[in-house]
Amino acid sequence: MNASTTTPRSPAAPALRILRQRAVQAAAVVVLVSTACFAIVQSLPGDIAFRIAAGRYGYDQVTAASADTVRAELGLDRPAWQQLLDWLGELLALDLGTSLVTGTSVAGELGLYLSSSLQLAAAALALALAGGATVGALAGARPGGILDRITTLWVSAARALPPFLLGLVLILFFSVHLGVLPAAGHGEAGNIVLPAATLAVGLSGLFARVTRDTVVQIRRSEYVRFAATKGLGERLVFLRHVLRNTGVTLLSYVGVQLLILIEGVVVVESLFAWPGLGHSLVHAIFWRDIPMIQATALALALLVVALNTVVDLGALALDPRPRRREVVL
Amino acid sequence: MQKGPEMFWRKMRMAGASVTAVAVLAACAGEGARSNEAPQQPLKVVGQFELHSLDPSTSGGFFTRLQVAETLVDADAQGALQPGLATDWEVSTDGLTWRFHLRPGALFHDGTPVTADSVAAALGSARSKGGTPLATVPVHAITADGEAVRVDLAQPFAPLAAVLAHTSTQVLAPRSYGSDRAVTGIVGSGPYRVKRLEPPATVELTAFEQWQGQKPAITEVNYQSVGRSESRALMAESGQADVTFGMDPTSLQRLKQAGKLTIADVTLPRTILLKINAGHDVLGDIRVRRALSMALDRGSMATALLRDPEMAATQLFPPSLPEWHQDTLTPLAHDPSGARMLLAEAGWTPGSNGILERNGRNFSLTLRTFPDRPELPILATAIQAQLKELGIALDVKVGNSSEIPAGHQDGSLELGLYARNYALVPDALVTLAEDFGPDGADYGAMGWNNPVLMSTLNTMTSGTDTSDLVEGRRQVTDILQSELPVIPVAWYRQSAVLSQRVEGLALDPLERSWRLTELTWAK
Repeated sequence: MNASTTTPRSPAAPALRILRQRAVQAAAVVVLVSTACFAIVQSLPGDIAFRIAAGRYGYDQVTAASADTVRAELGLDRPAWQQLLDWLGELLALDLGTSLVTGTSVAGELGLYLSSSLQLAAAALALALAGGATVGALAGARPGGILDRITTLWVSAARALPPFLLGLVLILFFSVHLGVLPAAGHGEAGNIVLPAATLAVGLSGLFARVTRDTVVQIRRSEYVRFAATKGLGERLVFLRHVLRNTGVTLLSYVGVQLLILIEGVVVVESLFAWPGLGHSLVHAIFWRDIPMIQATALALALLVVALNTVVDLGALALDPRPRRREVVL
Repeated sequence: MQKGPEMFWRKMRMAGASVTAVAVLAACAGEGARSNEAPQQPLKVVGQFELHSLDPSTSGGFFTRLQVAETLVDADAQGALQPGLATDWEVSTDGLTWRFHLRPGALFHDGTPVTADSVAAALGSARSKGGTPLATVPVHAITADGEAVRVDLAQPFAPLAAVLAHTSTQVLAPRSYGSDRAVTGIVGSGPYRVKRLEPPATVELTAFEQWQGQKPAITEVNYQSVGRSESRALMAESGQADVTFGMDPTSLQRLKQAGKLTIADVTLPRTILLKINAGHDVLGDIRVRRALSMALDRGSMATALLRDPEMAATQLFPPSLPEWHQDTLTPLAHDPSGARMLLAEAGWTPGSNGILERNGRNFSLTLRTFPDRPELPILATAIQAQLKELGIALDVKVGNSSEIPAGHQDGSLELGLYARNYALVPDALVTLAEDFGPDGADYGAMGWNNPVLMSTLNTMTSGTDTSDLVEGRRQVTDILQSELPVIPVAWYRQSAVLSQRVEGLALDPLERSWRLTELTWAK
């Protein structure tokens, strides 16, 4: 036991420690992910120049001549290690380069796709949390009650329905039948509603389940019983003890789900013609647009680190008990 | 004690219900604006095409279809050349010097006049790009000659005017180009100008005030790219889209049966065909190629898969290429027993496993195709099934479109299935001369050539003997039909779905323009 553990720590210390660790992680992720992407794309079958030409010229006009133009322009004949070093060098200068297919700045394209994916994910998450966590908390209050049983049914149904099918059903009902919402597309008010709802339905089931189980478990815990014994009203117990402690579990769970959400919106983005990361990554891989693949993968990886950091900091704020072993001892 | 919690949970339930209600209301926030839609809203056009590049050589005619940019020469629905940005043109008697006279008073969207210099510069850029038709023309120089654009050729090339109707030769204002002649914006001279571009999915247009021709009735256009055909069909069905392109056969049939929307269609000069490696030791035998062609039940494939029996190809050129389509030609027909006889003649006998054999070798082939056109993979599997009945094992590989030209280059391709448009340059001669030249071409013959066909195409291209173009075309068609360097499978029909808000869509078989200027709001 050294002396530092016994001296009072500043309240910001655990937060700083988290940030420091995560910064190191982020740097390692950048190097590993971009190198891995490069190696994987290089080892894929097929001639890269032909693939890029197919992306640039379209399937009617991709010919050996256009592939040769691409090869000469991009210097694809150079050794692979040289191309990788070039990219890493540019990355150090915070330059993501230009897309091999569209010729525009990768950073600009990525910004557009990332912001639309985040927008969609955030809307879906808000809807799912509002619906799922509320229903879960209510169901957890009366385990075995009618609401609880309906929730169980909902959870199974929501998980069993593939997002593609659900999306089609929602479009058929709200757009074709009722005509109140746009079916697909991007840029109009209301475009986000159906894709967000499609994603939210699946998620809300999970959130309801986790919230319900956590609430049930916490309501049975000794500290809740103690709080009731010491005379706190049901309302206060729920707000101060049950909700806050549920929050810790739910936050970590939401963090994980959000990652899955952002990476798993491909199907929904494609159905609703939403120009997000899924769309860009699929196209980039199809066309062997290496800088775009690297940048997209990098953005996703850094997003994982960033989200984990936010979840850690959030959990720390909700549950300030220090978690380092020597402090507990 | 009992009453407290009861009340509390009732309140919580109420709160839950209101949160859900608010979420639903917020979710429906978009609806108010939509239901009161007046025809003054922009025209909403939806298609499968994504905008990946602004450069005319790679943007695939995006901006000519939207009538933002013009080419010097235009073409009508029959492929006959029409004035575009050039009102007329003439060629010297030796066929080496062409002059294109620009439309007087034509303006670019930035207000600057369209000058011969700017046109020459735009064409110079188009020529420098690999893989464009202009790059293959024997051009010596393109210069400004007073008010006219002068093209000097190294040798006569009769279809030059048709090449200058190809979308890669669209004329953009000097302001469109950046420092290294990269296209940074679209400043054209057509009836619509670009208001906003958001690659890859969104283009917004507005009518160009100073357009000299007839003003379009619809002044605002929003184009949106939507990748999935199911989504496009639903957008059409829900009334969200006014004009929808790229419908898959099933959705189109459903919308037709529902009968609520107008469907415009036109047959395209585009043919789905099997490219054959005639340099291959099996496929080099013309009896084998004929047997493969006879094995195909084109009528059933067109009916069941394309849902359009008329699209069964009977020859390479569809009726939408009236100059090249020959009514008198013996049609390619389904004849499995004839196919078996030809294969037996070629030495192929049924083996023990049902697969044909010759000298101990199984008759197996690989067919490459790609999913960008959704009907190609399903046609490929239908072909696979039909060849299996003859005892030919066909391995279908669905990959990237570039694998067909790549396979042509390295000689590894056996069969390729794709669609070829013979009128991207309005005179099909240009595409044919390329496809059936001495060394074949990525999307043409492979390991096959025919001296008579080549000399006929050469004579027609050089324009030295213009007397018998009709006879030349007949000869070319006859040779292709009997030698089968490529096997035609189906022709192509393009459809567009129109909402009840608009009327007057006439599709262009050459796919050069969507003719949005001719649309009007429904009364």
